[in-house]
Amino acid sequence: MNKILVLFAHPAFERSTMHRSLLQHIKQLENVTINDLYENYPDFEIDVEREKKLLSEHQVIIWQHPLFWYSGPALLKQWQDLVFEYGWAYGKDTYALEGKIIFNVITSGGELEAFQKRCFHNSTIRDFLLPFERTAEICRMIYLSPFWVPETEKLGMARIQEFGQRYHDLLQLIRDNDLNDPKFLSVPLLNKLVSTGKPI
Amino acid sequence: MDQHQFLIQAIIFLTVAVIFVPVAKKLGLGSVLGYLLAGVVIGPFILGFVGNEGENILHFAEFGVVLMLFLIGLELEPELLWKLRKSILGLGVMQLILTTTCIAALAMAFGFGWQHALILGMILSMSSTAIVLQILTEKGLMKTTAGQSAFSVLLFQDVAVIPILAVLPLFGKITSGNAAAITHNVTWVDGKPGWLQGLIVFGSIAAIIIVGRILIRPLLRIVAKTEMREIFTALALLIVIAIAELMTQIGLSPALGAFLAGVVLANSEYRHELESDIEPFKGLLLGIFFMAVGASINFHLVADQKWSIISWVLLLIVIKSAVLLLLGKILKIGAKQNFIFSFSLSQVGEFAFVLLSFSMQQGILPPDTVNLMIAVVAISMGLTPIVMLLNEKLILPRLGTEVKPGREPDVIDERNKVIIAGFGHFGSTVGRFLKSNKIEATYLDMDSDRVDVLRKMGFKVFYGDASRSELLDFAGAKDASIIIIAIGSQEKRLEVVETVKKHYPHLHMLVRATNRYDAYEQMNAGLLHIYRETLDTSLRVGVDAMSLLGYRKYTARHLANTFFKYDEQALKKLSAIRDQEVYINEIRKSTEELELLMQSDNQFSIHADAEL
Repeated sequence: MNKILVLFAHPAFERSTMHRSLLQHIKQLENVTINDLYENYPDFEIDVEREKKLLSEHQVIIWQHPLFWYSGPALLKQWQDLVFEYGWAYGKDTYALEGKIIFNVITSGGELEAFQKRCFHNSTIRDFLLPFERTAEICRMIYLSPFWVPETEKLGMARIQEFGQRYHDLLQLIRDNDLNDPKFLSVPLLNKLVSTGKPI
Repeated sequence: MDQHQFLIQAIIFLTVAVIFVPVAKKLGLGSVLGYLLAGVVIGPFILGFVGNEGENILHFAEFGVVLMLFLIGLELEPELLWKLRKSILGLGVMQLILTTTCIAALAMAFGFGWQHALILGMILSMSSTAIVLQILTEKGLMKTTAGQSAFSVLLFQDVAVIPILAVLPLFGKITSGNAAAITHNVTWVDGKPGWLQGLIVFGSIAAIIIVGRILIRPLLRIVAKTEMREIFTALALLIVIAIAELMTQIGLSPALGAFLAGVVLANSEYRHELESDIEPFKGLLLGIFFMAVGASINFHLVADQKWSIISWVLLLIVIKSAVLLLLGKILKIGAKQNFIFSFSLSQVGEFAFVLLSFSMQQGILPPDTVNLMIAVVAISMGLTPIVMLLNEKLILPRLGTEVKPGREPDVIDERNKVIIAGFGHFGSTVGRFLKSNKIEATYLDMDSDRVDVLRKMGFKVFYGDASRSELLDFAGAKDASIIIIAIGSQEKRLEVVETVKKHYPHLHMLVRATNRYDAYEQMNAGLLHIYRETLDTSLRVGVDAMSLLGYRKYTARHLANTFFKYDEQALKKLSAIRDQEVYINEIRKSTEELELLMQSDNQFSIHADAEL
């Protein structure tokens, strides 16, 4: 069984039904740790040693957050800046996170189709996650494609619950399988691994 | 002298002092020169108010020198000495030896015997602490390399006076046989065998140190607790006078004893309070001392020997600054700093008066020589401000751009940038925080018990009332940039605020306020940095309460910050309102406003569920 760490960053969590559903569905899972960054560090003073310890105790890391201006909320960036230290996460021949699996779980508003070449955003969702991907690569981690909940504005309660369930299933799958399985690396979106037959 | 005569004399002395000293200071000549001039004017050669009794006044006023050495001792913490050890020993010893040798050679060239020449060398190698520190402080040069080097040299000279005072009588015996015995008072040690004398002397010094450490501090604390200032002053004077008398009784210099007592008390919490109590006495007595010196300059002699005096003065200035220039060069002080340093110390100091008159009483030097030298010393002192001005205008501009001094300036004293008045739970928290960031502060507190406990815990807290400008002066208010007024009592805080406004307008005042009403008063007093002692803490309780009720911590923190900002702004508005009814209406209005503001707070609302 792989241990999973969910780094959750949402400054207005109380107003997000989607993220509440996502967390609600995974919080009972064995071997899944939820690290609620905005609740733990309301004044942005991150306990770097605690974070490093958490990271080393888990094989799979998840950045779960809404997509704000094509990136994560401010505290997630602060977390990256402070925790991925030179001489620990990379450089000086020490790569403490080497070989760990990492990916984003993101929610976004707007049309699903808008995330395409020559459409409104003129890039795919994966393109926008490039900074996360490169960060992971420099730390010699294995970066997977994201689990993505688009069009959150349009989703009714049923769909919201459904996404929560799929998130639950995905984490179960990752937790209980050999991570060297090529299917984890090759899918364009992790959503596909827990498909319901819908486009996303 | 009967009482009437005494009062008349007091009127004469005080009048000229009041007239001449401010004028001299205005002209940039410094107070010392003002006193000297005042003395000359009332002396026998101009107005003739003071005649032969000038000698007696000189003796009386010499006690000012004892007080001065006590104060120097108080300033001389062992750690400070340790910090400056290199420059004090290096510069100090070399300056004294080289200058003494050169001046002795000069004296021999003037036809003095070697013993007299050597004595003159020692006496004239001293510079004037009073004049130099005054001028350097006024020009803002104390923290520069020049200022610190000058301070080191002066410090060493201050200490060197003591052995010189001890050595001088030996010369008396050599040069004039048994003359030293003429004016010797009967003391405890007279007629006792040598080993017993030695024992008594060492015993007394040990007693001063032990009594100073063990007995005087508790005594000061008891008296401080009575909160009667005049009794504290009385005790301070009593300590110095008693020690001076003890020293006289065992045949040592009273100044040495006072100096020792000062050093013993330098680490004590009452140091600044003692300084501010003794300072006015020292100032006045020294002033009278300088006036008496001025009055005793023999102008017939000056007129008779004007060429001799002029050449002495000029040669002394040249020799003294040349020696220092050389030493500065060896120690790699930058050229400009070196010139400032060297010329600042080019005069002969007030110690020379003490040493000269001492030598005359002891029959070591003939009165003619002493009178000549007193004139020389006084004139060299008077010329110092002019020499420094010439240096600034003529020499420094020729040295081109300022070269960075080769060595880092030492920190010469505990003049901190921050003063914390009131070291209770409030002030000590601020202090601990600053200290943990290596920001040293000077702490003042009025509760003698607390001061005692805190000092045991290793805080350098000083006992004293921060609303007194003298105490703030000694705590370094002139050089500080911030004063944190953390005293518990509202009235006392406002008193301190008034004192700071009046005497140290350059200080940023950060003031503790008990509640909003107190804060109104402080705002009306024109204060900018006001800290209500309960505001931040209460809001933290509020944040935790919201968190326990299930609110997100980050959100609760943000709402508290919003509340805080609004409340501070509202406070400004409300402080201007005098009428009770209008005030209550405004409060009601602002409470409603705040509720609206908090409800409409929609931080991240766009993003909450509908990101991008």
